[in-house]
Amino acid sequence: MAIETAQLHRLAHLARLDLPTAEEVRLAHDLDALLGLIAQLQNAPVDGVRPMAHPHEVAATLRPDRVSESDRSAALEGIAPEMQSGLFLVPKVIE
Amino acid sequence: MSDWQAVIGLEIHVQLSTQSKLFSGASTAYGAEPNTQASFVDVALPGTLPVPNVDAIRKAAMFGLAVGADVAAESIFARKNYFYPDSPKGYQISQYERPIVAGGTVLARLDDGREITVQLTRAHLEEDAGKSVHDAFHAASGIDLNRAGTPLIEVVSEPVMHSSAEAVAYMKAVHRLVRWLGICDGNLQEGSFRCDANVSVHKPGTPFGTRCEIKNVNSFRFVEKAIDYEIERQIRAIENGETIVQETRLYDAAANKTRTMRSKEDAEDYRYFPDPDLPPIRIAPAEFEALRAALPELPDARRARYIDALGLPPYDADKLTEDRATSDYFEAVLGALPGQAKLAANWVNGELAAALNESQIEITASRIGAVDLAALLARIVDGTISGKIAKDVFAAMWAGEGSADAIIDAKGLRQISDTGAIAQMLDDVLAQFPEQVAKYRGGDAKLFQFLVGQAMKATKGKANPAQVNELLRERLDASR
Amino acid sequence: MIALTLASQRAACAAGTDLLNDALQRAEAAAGLNALITLDKPAGVATTGGDLAGIPFVHKDLFCTTGQRTTCGSKMLANFVSPYDATIVERLAASGAVSIGKANMDEFAMGSSNENSAFGPVLNPWDTARVPGGSSGGSAAIVAANVVAFATGSDTGGSVRQPAAFCGVTGFKPTYGRVSRFGMVAYASSLDQAGVIARSAADCAEVLQVMAGHDPRDATSVDRPVDDYRAALDRGVRGLRIGLARELFSAGVRDAMQATVHAALRELEAAGAVLVDIDLPTLPLSIPAYYVIAPAEASSNLARYDGVRYGHRAADAKGLRDLYSRSRAEGFGTEVKRRILTGTYVLSSGYYDAYYLRAQQVRRLIANDFARAFADVDLIAGPTTPDVAFKLGEKTADPLAMYAADINTVAVNLAGLPAMSVPAGFIDGLPAGLQLIGKAFDESTLFTAGHALQSRTDWHLALAPGAVR
Repeated sequence: MAIETAQLHRLAHLARLDLPTAEEVRLAHDLDALLGLIAQLQNAPVDGVRPMAHPHEVAATLRPDRVSESDRSAALEGIAPEMQSGLFLVPKVIE
Repeated sequence: MSDWQAVIGLEIHVQLSTQSKLFSGASTAYGAEPNTQASFVDVALPGTLPVPNVDAIRKAAMFGLAVGADVAAESIFARKNYFYPDSPKGYQISQYERPIVAGGTVLARLDDGREITVQLTRAHLEEDAGKSVHDAFHAASGIDLNRAGTPLIEVVSEPVMHSSAEAVAYMKAVHRLVRWLGICDGNLQEGSFRCDANVSVHKPGTPFGTRCEIKNVNSFRFVEKAIDYEIERQIRAIENGETIVQETRLYDAAANKTRTMRSKEDAEDYRYFPDPDLPPIRIAPAEFEALRAALPELPDARRARYIDALGLPPYDADKLTEDRATSDYFEAVLGALPGQAKLAANWVNGELAAALNESQIEITASRIGAVDLAALLARIVDGTISGKIAKDVFAAMWAGEGSADAIIDAKGLRQISDTGAIAQMLDDVLAQFPEQVAKYRGGDAKLFQFLVGQAMKATKGKANPAQVNELLRERLDASR
Repeated sequence: MIALTLASQRAACAAGTDLLNDALQRAEAAAGLNALITLDKPAGVATTGGDLAGIPFVHKDLFCTTGQRTTCGSKMLANFVSPYDATIVERLAASGAVSIGKANMDEFAMGSSNENSAFGPVLNPWDTARVPGGSSGGSAAIVAANVVAFATGSDTGGSVRQPAAFCGVTGFKPTYGRVSRFGMVAYASSLDQAGVIARSAADCAEVLQVMAGHDPRDATSVDRPVDDYRAALDRGVRGLRIGLARELFSAGVRDAMQATVHAALRELEAAGAVLVDIDLPTLPLSIPAYYVIAPAEASSNLARYDGVRYGHRAADAKGLRDLYSRSRAEGFGTEVKRRILTGTYVLSSGYYDAYYLRAQQVRRLIANDFARAFADVDLIAGPTTPDVAFKLGEKTADPLAMYAADINTVAVNLAGLPAMSVPAGFIDGLPAGLQLIGKAFDESTLFTAGHALQSRTDWHLALAPGAVR
């Protein structure tokens, strides 16, 4: 199985990764190899086997509906790359 | 054009009225300063984890029970992966396979009295996104994550509606229901209740047309207008030989038109998969029983009871079941004044509704409590005062002057029902207006009402009107 | 000199040694190993009591700490200082233990050699031409270098056990859900579990006692009582049934490794344990299943690093998409990108059923294999790794060869079981590890067996040539 360039571009777009051409060639090669590895799964005897998303058969623990958090905006401002008037800034989004 | 049929399905986003968010302890209160209600979980700091709010799950289950749906004993949260600044984790926690609510129906009544039953596909729990602020900065958009993580249920209908009127009637029915259940404040301006509409057109008997999704419409009127515009646009396009492309469109209220937001080619591949941070959500049988027990009598059931058992006209029943607080108020009046449903309905829908509207207050904050109103109405029933005098007493009660009985006594409003006194008073009136009496006897029947009016005036309205009528007629007709 | 243990530290403290100063000096002496990303000199150390009062240690650099930056071995978070502490950071602080720094690691815990760190590779104290293993390579190396008595780690596919084996120390991975993940930067959420690396099973037991327990901030944290691990240490292995899984001694495992681990197991047999042969037939599929599930979860978990709220942000972005794509391209290293793309692929429309869903089904088959085996045995044993520590650069050109080396460890994470790597002897002067796997939430039996072995042997106390003396 070979990853086509268009497919790699689609993946890079979905994952929002800017790939320089040199890196692209290498990653395409690595992905091909990896797809070969995971192709082994195709022969597994999985008919009727329930998929397993979590290690244990337990339900999520829930929390009561209570406000337990206070204003953290000062801490957020301390780590944000760009923040102004309490808002995180991004390049202008046009809808 | 008349042979085209529109096919409409709605996705309604219902914000659940919890104190805290779906997965964090941050407040859901509306209108705070930007990012002051964004916890570390909401901002998706590295290492933070979601923990589900039990009350959001209960409210979603309550909705499912109310629409007669299957409420899942085990449902699963999934990640919907996409990049957008108002989605801080790069995915939204939603439900995909195994939502909490599957199926169900909602009965909607149109303005013309027609009823439609709308099938629901599902209702799933998910977290709301934050908000982008586009006009605050020159070259940048600002991101406020206060709303991020607010619990929602997305109520998805089957595509079974055929006009904007049906769609709006359905949307209103859902709106009434979620407020009735107390799971949503229903505030459309604040975005607590929003709607996406899927619209296509076809000719009956042919396959469905390509649908367009109109995003984020937040008023009943705009939903109606957006759907009407979209139906017309699609029909016009097809008749002009164009093909409809599947796309997401935005409704521009100012221009009253919809426009392309993104086409299917730009569509994200959401890569849904079960959220590994969240094991399945289980609702134990005992919890189901508790929820069922807590479910109030629903508006449709109440409306039917008002018509069938209480004998109210459908109009009154509709008005009384528009919201639960009004209906509960009516129930309380009736509880204190059994057997007087029509009288109680008239007053709740009439005098009380007008007073509330004038004072701009909710019925739950009414200046006259249900039991006090019942005490007033009891004085009409037992003949102490007339309905007309009762309106004055109501006004005095509204002004805070005291209870009905106290006001009646203080103002001397007790109705005169003493036959002798009324007869004496009538004799005086007849003596005062000999000309009119003569004309009446000469055949001018209209003058009867004039003489009644004079009698009521003479007693400041306190004479029992029925007795006045009876005794006056006796006097005039006897000696003719 | 002797190997640092909790007992030796307490004795030194009682004899008047300033443990903190001593640890800082040791860290300076071992700086050449590049095991620490951040070395902290805590200003004032609380002298309050607690089970680990005054004991210096280091956290793997993916546990969020308010006092020190948390880099995850990535340029993306090179300057990130968390505004909150992870649950285990709070718990260890409350026990009186003193964090002196943050351990180097493979970027976002993706790797088996520590060569994927943006802060450079860590060197193995036994042979500085070799890798310490990964992803908790810094944690294992700093303990093996005799700088601290223990370090925290995280284990998603072997990231505590494999470096512990390569560095000749003891590494413990608890049952999934036993230790809170709150504040541990996520790689693959359904596999990640915090663990501990120390000299001995006894020390791991003491530290885990502090770390373990229910946390209401983690919905996958399990609400059940924590065993008394110290009480389990001296229980003895008489009659304990240990299953030797044929698949853990496969052809891919070097002969010398097989022989060494067998020899260690015979020590347990001599102590009264019963060795039986068992099968885990689906285990060979654990690598492909892991390399679907872990990247899938990672691709989603790492979507939050977008340059908007924290972390690396590309300069002069020409638009939103440019900001995202360049911040992420600049901030992430090659292995992380590889796994993000793989994960994106296996979840994408048209491939989900063939890869992701199927991998989840295989995951259940693997869990069922373990469940079947545990009906008959108390523990399962095998070599932790197919071979001893490999040379720096040896496998960097071939990711698949690197992945394949995890064959004996990843199945444990897929099944969510507790497991431990204990030193089992040496091959050409390099440490070999014996892996013991327990039933879910039966950490105690692992500690019993580990302690029994370490009471009869002293491989775990052997000092590496690069250790501080």
